[in-house]
Amino acid sequence: MSEIFGFTAACLVGLGLYGLIVHSSALRKILSFNVLGSGIFLLLGVIARRGAAAGLVADPVPQALVITGIVVAFSATALGVALIRRLDEDDEEEGEP
Amino acid sequence: MNAVYGLFAGLSALLLVVAGFAVVTRRHFAAVVGFTAFGLLLSLAWVALAAPDVALTEAAVGGGVTGVLLLSASVQMRAKMEVLPSWGVRFIAAVLAAIVTAGLMLVVLMLPDEAPTLAPAAKESLAFTGMGNPATAVLMAYRALDTMLEKVVLLLALVAVWSLGRDHFWGGRPDFDFSTQTSGPLLLLARVLVPVGVLVGIYLFWVGADEPGGAFAGGALIAAMGLLAFFAGVARPPLVGSGWLRWAVVAGIAVFLIVGFGGFWGAGDFLAYPDGLAKPVIVVIEVAMTLSIALTLVLLVVGPPGRRP
Amino acid sequence: MSEALDVFTRIAVSLGAMFFLAGTVGLLRFPDTLSRLHALTKADNLGLGLIVLGLLPQVAWPFGALKLVLVWVLVLAASAASSQLVARKVRGGKDRS
Repeated sequence: MSEIFGFTAACLVGLGLYGLIVHSSALRKILSFNVLGSGIFLLLGVIARRGAAAGLVADPVPQALVITGIVVAFSATALGVALIRRLDEDDEEEGEP
Repeated sequence: MNAVYGLFAGLSALLLVVAGFAVVTRRHFAAVVGFTAFGLLLSLAWVALAAPDVALTEAAVGGGVTGVLLLSASVQMRAKMEVLPSWGVRFIAAVLAAIVTAGLMLVVLMLPDEAPTLAPAAKESLAFTGMGNPATAVLMAYRALDTMLEKVVLLLALVAVWSLGRDHFWGGRPDFDFSTQTSGPLLLLARVLVPVGVLVGIYLFWVGADEPGGAFAGGALIAAMGLLAFFAGVARPPLVGSGWLRWAVVAGIAVFLIVGFGGFWGAGDFLAYPDGLAKPVIVVIEVAMTLSIALTLVLLVVGPPGRRP
Repeated sequence: MSEALDVFTRIAVSLGAMFFLAGTVGLLRFPDTLSRLHALTKADNLGLGLIVLGLLPQVAWPFGALKLVLVWVLVLAASAASSQLVARKVRGGKDRS
């Protein structure tokens, strides 16, 4: 039953990859990369759900990995956004469009 | 059973539509709003996958705090619309993405019938830690080293963001001050919601030992309350150079390391908890961790120092 | 007794869902920002209120119930404030033009 989310995850990875390639704006590349990452997290979630055993409804190890992963993805996003802002400021100073 | 299946299928379709909109739309602002909605829908999918802890973290960090970060970036960007490449390039990219998707779908179909699982091992450590929530037990005991290194990643990201500030602003406040343009309703909301939200954040962290919650969800909620206070102008971002800030940001890692090296002496290995004392030790680590997570998330959103000290 | 409460839950939650549906239709179909806000507040206030009311008999008394009511009150406060902000922005834009 949880396999349906596995297919959703695969589609999310594809969508994110497409956005990562076609967008020229760095902000949209970051956003697409986050969609791609969400797809991979969801795939881990499906694997966790299938690993239900020993009276637990899901394998908690992949779930903990995802929790850690979400926070790491946020740190990377924040660094990327800070870089974009600095680039934008510097462009403005040099008078480029 | 069929109704549940329909619900899952509907949720999946909704997720894909919203994610597709966020990726494809040409307006940056609309894309970011779509992405935030996607994060909230995704947390519903996590509930469906029996992962309430992940759902809370996704809603708070993946949807909420990331949303604020991208939203403020999209507002500041001068180009509001995206210029897309030619049809040919887009077609080739779509074909490539479709191939990757098809490959991943095959992988999902070929997952082994007897799923490999670490649940029994995690269950064993559950008894030792005296906790009721397996996800928290894995984060804090079974794979505590990962959690500690993840704190290091957060700190490194903060150092990198700070180092993007200009030299003459160093030690000053981040440029995230809205106290001159506040409005009545926002002020009221900040005064009422921030204390309640901080309380709920502490509750989430405390209840995380036995029920869904934990240091990440609680810390992210407290961080969101800090951002709300900044937006309403009732508080200003702290001076990047202040000493207490530095100590508070490294508190989580420091306590982790002290407990880690203490493990050699008390239990014979790095990050090993002494018998019977596991739960109190974990709570001490989590208190420091929640504080550091909340503060680091806020500081990552408000960005590098942008005003003279 | 418990069966009567279950029926009450079903009715209240269904009614709440109806308000969400109506609010969403309004959000998509109404012509201007202020009427769209009006549609949204119906979903938040009445829809969520009815769902919370319907779920009250199903949770532990008193703390589970208090938490549910707290969720509703917090959403009310947040949606009222954000609607005000959006409406002010719209009005401000019109006054200037």
